[in-house]
Amino acid sequence: MRKKALVALGVTVLMMAAGGWTAASAADYPQRPITLICPWGAGGGTDAVSRIIATLLKKELGVPVNVVNRTGGSGAVGHTAMATAKPDGYTIGMPTVEITMMHWMGLTEITYQNLTPVCMVNFDSAAINIRTDAPWATYKDLENYIRANPGQLKDSGTGQGGIWHLAMAGWLKAVGFAPTDIKWIPSKGAAPALQDLMAGGIDMSSCSLPEAATLIDAGKVKPLAVMAPERDPKFPDLPTLKELGIDWTCGAWRGIAAPKGTPAEIVAVLEKAIEKVVKSDEFIKFMQNRGFGIYWLNSTDFAQALAQADKDNGEIMKAAGIAK
Amino acid sequence: MEHILTAVSLIAQPYVLMIICISALYGLFVGAIPGLTATMATALLVPVTFFMDPVPALAAIVTMEAMAIFAGDIPGALVRIPGTPSSAAYVDESYALTQKGRAGFVLGVDVTVAAIGGMMGAVILIALAPMLAEIAMRFTSFEYFWLACIGLSCSVLVTKGSLLKGLISLLIGLFMTTVGVDITLGYPRFTFGITDFLNGFTFIPAMIGMFGVSEVMRNVTGDGCQCNVGAVQTQKLFNGIGPVLRKYRLNVARSGLVGTFVGILPGAGADIGAWIAYALSKKFSKEPEKYGTGHIEGIVDAGTANNAGLGGAWVPALVFGIPGDSITAIVIGVLFMKGLRPGPMIFQRTPEILYAVYIAFIFANLILIPFGVLAIKTGSQMLRVPRNMLMPAILMFCIVGAFAINNTTFDVGVMLACGILAYIMESNDIPVAPAILGIVLGRLLEESFMVSMIKSDWDLTVFFHRPVSAVLGVITVILWSSPVIAAWRGRRRVAEQVATEEAVCEPKIKELT
Repeated sequence: MRKKALVALGVTVLMMAAGGWTAASAADYPQRPITLICPWGAGGGTDAVSRIIATLLKKELGVPVNVVNRTGGSGAVGHTAMATAKPDGYTIGMPTVEITMMHWMGLTEITYQNLTPVCMVNFDSAAINIRTDAPWATYKDLENYIRANPGQLKDSGTGQGGIWHLAMAGWLKAVGFAPTDIKWIPSKGAAPALQDLMAGGIDMSSCSLPEAATLIDAGKVKPLAVMAPERDPKFPDLPTLKELGIDWTCGAWRGIAAPKGTPAEIVAVLEKAIEKVVKSDEFIKFMQNRGFGIYWLNSTDFAQALAQADKDNGEIMKAAGIAK
Repeated sequence: MEHILTAVSLIAQPYVLMIICISALYGLFVGAIPGLTATMATALLVPVTFFMDPVPALAAIVTMEAMAIFAGDIPGALVRIPGTPSSAAYVDESYALTQKGRAGFVLGVDVTVAAIGGMMGAVILIALAPMLAEIAMRFTSFEYFWLACIGLSCSVLVTKGSLLKGLISLLIGLFMTTVGVDITLGYPRFTFGITDFLNGFTFIPAMIGMFGVSEVMRNVTGDGCQCNVGAVQTQKLFNGIGPVLRKYRLNVARSGLVGTFVGILPGAGADIGAWIAYALSKKFSKEPEKYGTGHIEGIVDAGTANNAGLGGAWVPALVFGIPGDSITAIVIGVLFMKGLRPGPMIFQRTPEILYAVYIAFIFANLILIPFGVLAIKTGSQMLRVPRNMLMPAILMFCIVGAFAINNTTFDVGVMLACGILAYIMESNDIPVAPAILGIVLGRLLEESFMVSMIKSDWDLTVFFHRPVSAVLGVITVILWSSPVIAAWRGRRRVAEQVATEEAVCEPKIKELT
């Protein structure tokens, strides 16, 4: 009897404590440690960005921010964990561009609408990278070669239906080529694709400039054009596709989001704190070191960008036959 | 040169050195406890390395394995039970010498030749890996397909006992890698709509289960050994070792080479290296009749070879991402976790980490002697640690470790299921090693095949178009037909082979360590 009474008492106390937390959460958020879900593996780019944000956010908010990697299913596992967490501001996540693509592939039911956007922090543009000893000196040479030999060249950079696949598909569409004029070879990521590029297994990689930077510096890979709105300050001589008369930009981005239904006051607190983080010298220096581009969008702009990207990506993926 | 200096500065830090010392003690302890293998020790170490930078994490594994493989000799000499399967080849020999009252001498020789063998393996690793990496830079999906085939075939061919059971084990491993999102086409397979299954079976929890939980189950269900041993006479541990080393210096050189190259072969690790070195030792000895009666020559050979194999196993692991033994199979998982993709690119992108691994190898083998002496002195105490406290602790570490990788209980389930699976397999004499290779290489095999087919529009002859690819293909075909050829080539040859295979496939080996 006494044991049962004790258990009952314990449960009541716990429930009161939990209730107390929920009630107090919106007003004086944050009170306890925050979990930041990273949908990609430890050691990768998204992991690095989420960790530096977590470290700096801890200083701003005064509570620990713990990065938890939930990897797998091409990002589906982590994004699902973000979307299905309790919307109390104590679990947030770093969604990546894949959130606007995975559901078109039929990998998950989760879309950007299952998340409350907080802000976008980073954007890296796709580029057209070839071997240094390849026979094309300029972008135009490559384009002419593809026109003369459709379906012969092979491109890679990520898995089937991944962001660099989309970059290629959109570029081909903008030029007026058929989606099959370059063969897409799925790979586990940019690093293995670039190795295959050097080994002669593929002819180009439409991965981002920071991903190819080490090999560009080593003189083994050379970029022909970047799919960005304007030139990259690190590669001032590299033309954008726009300058070459092709209306196509594409890149991978990273942001911060909370589960759907997170109170607006909490989102505002997070947005303000992360804006400070992104504008801090430490963050700027870190991103420059890694070659990542800083790109700030607040909650409203991020929400609009997500909706637009989701629509655009869906169209291109359908046109290229990537969507299911 | 610059990279070497960076690497030295990465290792020579109080924190890293402390990690090395702790993992040395851990390795000695695990190695000296019969039933706990170096592979299991590595699997349990992974969740801890999760919180470290790549250099201390890899240095910890390197040090730990060197210590554990040597420490396996201690219970072998003292109570005639090998601490790890790698010491099984010469356990009778060591024990015979102990009965003559020369336990101190045997262990002194063991620790010395272990350090020399380990050093030889490290030197070959340092010399060979960058050379192979240069070649591997030119490898594309066609070559990797054949490499995966060779790795998987070797793991079955070197296995103990029946070829068929090895093949079954391999297929179990390969099947496990088909769960999850198909890497080339992005199609979810065998997921039953459950999000956790999308990623397939996570590799590290599977390994922790197969080596940790199954080991615990075996220990709990088998007869516990209550070891009562006296202390070793360690006053003049290194007395009389100089003459032994001088006399058998050619044996040491030969076994160092044999051990390293067996280590390089995918699937064959330190234990098989020790068996082969011991068999060769007896074959080429001037006094083969003394073997088995407490003759130090075989111990010198096998003791050198098992430690040499450790460095060798890292060669294919670093260069191709194909594990040389089951420890490096786990190392590959650790590398991926740290964002370091094993393969020729690692030599370009992070050379300082590779140099740090090399230095860690040399350093570990240098400190093997003082730490080894310490272990010899406390060996009899370590054997008295009660099983009923050790096993629950290991099980607890398995669970915590499996959870820590992805912070999900799903992985704990995977770990336990794999543990039970491995236990059932071993109870039926199905070796676990081919399954492990299957889990590690299954995705590489599938991906390289599919990617090659997409590149060539399903033209199978493309696997023989590039010269390197064609050579690797021919080697694979020869490997596949070797059991048939062996059976076809007269009885005498077969009889000889069976004899060596029997020596290699001692039933005490539970897995490749």
